[in-house]
Amino acid sequence: MQIKEHNVSAQLKEAVRDLYDDYAQAVDAEQLDRWIGFFSDDAVYRVIARESHSLGLPHATIYCEGIGMIRDRANMLQKVAVFEPRVLRHFITGVRIQSASADCIVASANFLIIESLFDAEPVLLMVGQYQDEIISREGDLCFRKRDAIYDQYRVRTTLVMPV
Amino acid sequence: MTSEAVKPQDRKWPEEGVSRVPAWIYSDESLFEREMEKFYAGNTWNFVGLEAEIPEPGSFQRTFIGMKPVLVTRDAHGEIHVLENRCAHRGAPVCWKQRGKAKELTCPYHHWTYDLGGNLQSVAFMRGSPKPNPGMPKDFDMKNHGMRQLRTVVRGGAIWATFSDETQPFEKYVGPQVLEFVDRAFNGRPLRLLGYSRQIMPCNWKLYFENARDPYHATLLHTFFTTFGLFRADAHTRALPSDDLRHEVTFSWFDSKASEKNVVMSDDIKNIQTDLKLHDMEIVTPRQEFADGRIGTLEVFPSMVLQQHVNTLAVRHIIPKSPTSTELSWIYFGYQDDDETLRRLRLKQGNLTGPAGYVSLDDSEVLKQMQPVVQNYPDSVQVVEMHGRDHIGISETSVSESMIRAFYTFYKREMGL
Repeated sequence: MQIKEHNVSAQLKEAVRDLYDDYAQAVDAEQLDRWIGFFSDDAVYRVIARESHSLGLPHATIYCEGIGMIRDRANMLQKVAVFEPRVLRHFITGVRIQSASADCIVASANFLIIESLFDAEPVLLMVGQYQDEIISREGDLCFRKRDAIYDQYRVRTTLVMPV
Repeated sequence: MTSEAVKPQDRKWPEEGVSRVPAWIYSDESLFEREMEKFYAGNTWNFVGLEAEIPEPGSFQRTFIGMKPVLVTRDAHGEIHVLENRCAHRGAPVCWKQRGKAKELTCPYHHWTYDLGGNLQSVAFMRGSPKPNPGMPKDFDMKNHGMRQLRTVVRGGAIWATFSDETQPFEKYVGPQVLEFVDRAFNGRPLRLLGYSRQIMPCNWKLYFENARDPYHATLLHTFFTTFGLFRADAHTRALPSDDLRHEVTFSWFDSKASEKNVVMSDDIKNIQTDLKLHDMEIVTPRQEFADGRIGTLEVFPSMVLQQHVNTLAVRHIIPKSPTSTELSWIYFGYQDDDETLRRLRLKQGNLTGPAGYVSLDDSEVLKQMQPVVQNYPDSVQVVEMHGRDHIGISETSVSESMIRAFYTFYKREMGL
């Protein structure tokens, strides 16, 4: 059996997988200050319904243009928003690198988020796909663009934590 | 439940009237069925979509009026129709896609085919097979077997429909107080569809309908509003119901200097953050868009809240799913002639509302918490006295529950409670 040589090195794949896992761990632990650090200063972060995304519509359920809006989202959740405490668990699978150049890695992965509320069984909060552009910043990878495109038609009650 | 609990059929509205709301109305199943028949399927105009969602001849999309699935279509001549999504033959849904474009609609079950106005065009094996075979009776007339078409009104880009022949004309139904604000948003400038954020909330539809006409909570629960001066208890606010009390509009005059003022009411607001700063101020820096300087929301009973929060315009389409579950579909829009800045502001300020909104995630959270309480204390009674027990008219303060009492005056009358 012959296996075609991959353009993407195993090392790079490993680094991207680590980035995804670290990001998920930060969000699950509600370490929102750490979450901010996963984005470049000019990053665009969106959580968008598949319905809107496939129609090419610009509105996103969470829409952050630039690190300032990403900081603001973290701040609002920590200081202003009123919500029931919850535990989230991200499951990231199928990490794929579409292309990798010196400037930018284009990658995608599936996400599944289970939400556990007090006194209730865990439920599926959200399922979908990340579509990302990843850059290197002083040797570490970070997101220049992160679209979390959710498959379900409706958000279950409320979307509090970032995806 | 205790042995003294009132049986559902004997439930009565409290004697005090609309300054009291009984908790059983949020979970009683027979009441819910009556509401669906009387309101959503009855003499009401229901929002079903925007023209911009079905832009071209042949465009169609599915939605619901209450529990009933309907199709909104634009036929080959550009005319808009609202149809029951139900084959006249055996009742299968004709359209299985959320939206799309088609020359005709064919029911997948037995291939009965309709045009986009719902007129039956062909019946598979009409003359039987193999021939000769009876097929359909000779006197079967396709004209009598179309998909049921609803009365429809298109006004300023919004599409409305009613199941009833008796519903009064749309303008009269909405009434002058609220129609002014509906027309202000749907003013004939072509709309630009921006996108969707839909959520399913585990609560009775009336809890949401009340929430959107309750400015009292807005200044307290939604700390973001007060912190950045977008809406405060000392804001110049006005709320007014339609003459029949079923619709209402609540608005304030935007004060661009409010966030700089000392928060005089901070003693009454427990969790205010006066030291909070935003890194991107555009989200709280609206451009004055309408000459009257007003911002706010309105309700067209029973299925629409129309929101203008700063520069975000959205329809909140209310679709009850069961006595204890309600879909809230946020349809964001702007205008075709919006400039680049306004387009950016609308997207950024979209973070204020919807399932993840800074001033609306609090709402879905509180209503989710409320449902199991009202449901399991059905004989408990809520107190709605702010701004006077009997006051149901115009209010000039946000610290008011007048519009909730106005709604329940209408509701009690219609439901015979």
